Amino acid sequence: MSTEVQSATVIKAPSEPLFSKKNIKVLKDPLSDNNPVTVQVLGICSALAVTTQVMPSLIMAISVIFVSAFSNLIISAIRNGIPNRIRIIVQLVVIATLVTLVDQVLKAYMYDVSKKLSVFVGLIITNCIIMGRLEAFAMQKKPWPSFLDGIGSGAGYGLVLLFIGVFRELFGSGSLMGYKIVPDWAYEMGYVNNGLMMLPPAALFLIGIYIWIQRSLNKSLVNVS
Amino acid sequence: MVEYINLFIKAVFIENMVFAFFLGMCSFLAVSKSLKTAFGLGIAVVFVNIITAPFNYIILSVMLEKGALSWIDPSLADVDLTFLSFILFISVIAGTVQLVEMIIEKYLPALYSSLGIFLPLITVNCAILGSSLFMQERAYNLPETVVFAGGSGVGFFLAIVALAAIREKLTYSNVPDPLKGLGLAMLITGLMGMAFLSFAGIQL
Repeated sequence: MSTEVQSATVIKAPSEPLFSKKNIKVLKDPLSDNNPVTVQVLGICSALAVTTQVMPSLIMAISVIFVSAFSNLIISAIRNGIPNRIRIIVQLVVIATLVTLVDQVLKAYMYDVSKKLSVFVGLIITNCIIMGRLEAFAMQKKPWPSFLDGIGSGAGYGLVLLFIGVFRELFGSGSLMGYKIVPDWAYEMGYVNNGLMMLPPAALFLIGIYIWIQRSLNKSLVNVS
Repeated sequence: MVEYINLFIKAVFIENMVFAFFLGMCSFLAVSKSLKTAFGLGIAVVFVNIITAPFNYIILSVMLEKGALSWIDPSLADVDLTFLSFILFISVIAGTVQLVEMIIEKYLPALYSSLGIFLPLITVNCAILGSSLFMQERAYNLPETVVFAGGSGVGFFLAIVALAAIREKLTYSNVPDPLKGLGLAMLITGLMGMAFLSFAGIQL
């Protein structure tokens, strides 16, 4: 009788609350000190081209959060059944399935944005953040922390995307989310939109400056890569 | 003939994968620290690109497009499977990379040891999947696909070798600590992108 009770408590002990301190840390770390884009150098590939305006950046960020959270969840749930040698292919198939879902939903309900994003929705598949998190986190951890980690990494990525998107739309076309911000009298006084902001190099300059500021504020990040 | 040369020039310079579309940025930044490895990765990307894009084109036209399945049975003429293209494209790329890895390991062990972990990374190199997806979106035919894939591979090669050469020189210069490494690489890529913008509008 007593052993039964004991074993019950033993089983119960390791289960922790859903939002324990450790899980919150997993969720929050990628937003600042462990940001996937600026610190780990992952996932710059596909998305900088979509940041000329805020709206596509937002859609892209949401799509990436969705894909990374659910691929982490699925891979973590089946991690013990995946043979080690073919794990990359298994991961890619899971990611590609989720991305196909996102693409079809976008095409059905937001055709304009989907046209603007063109091939970059498909390129979420090769976004190294998602692969990297699957390899580094989901293959070892339980489903729930993996899910949170996926949301955190996706959000860290989305944060950088929005930062660049706001700057480029504000200075490049004088608006935010399509609404005019810079008033007409400013144009009459000789204010001109910065055409460089609409061109690809601007995104690289902005992210370089973002990294510079972040590393100046937090010296421990210097020379990480 | 002239339009193929035009397409090639366009893919290499005007619509350079790295500078105009940011594709392949991850390996572009990670591998460009030394000229030798950058050279090897560039060659590998050109090679994989030329194989996978036409292969994906054949898969697309024989199996996926609307009406493509009518060679099995006329009743299948209405079936449109293009939504499966992501999964099939990435599987073809993953398989090809595995094959290339085995061939290089067998015949060019020196190159294999210097490329190391970066060969599997080609699977998730956006430049490769990107050229297949652009091929689908712009509806190229087979010769155009080959020329375009070769051109975008060469464009990536050019970009990564140029950046690696610049970064090798930069190791001796005095830059602020927080800007070292990644930050500086980003700024330089931006400047190179501006230089490449001057190719816009060139036609033969």
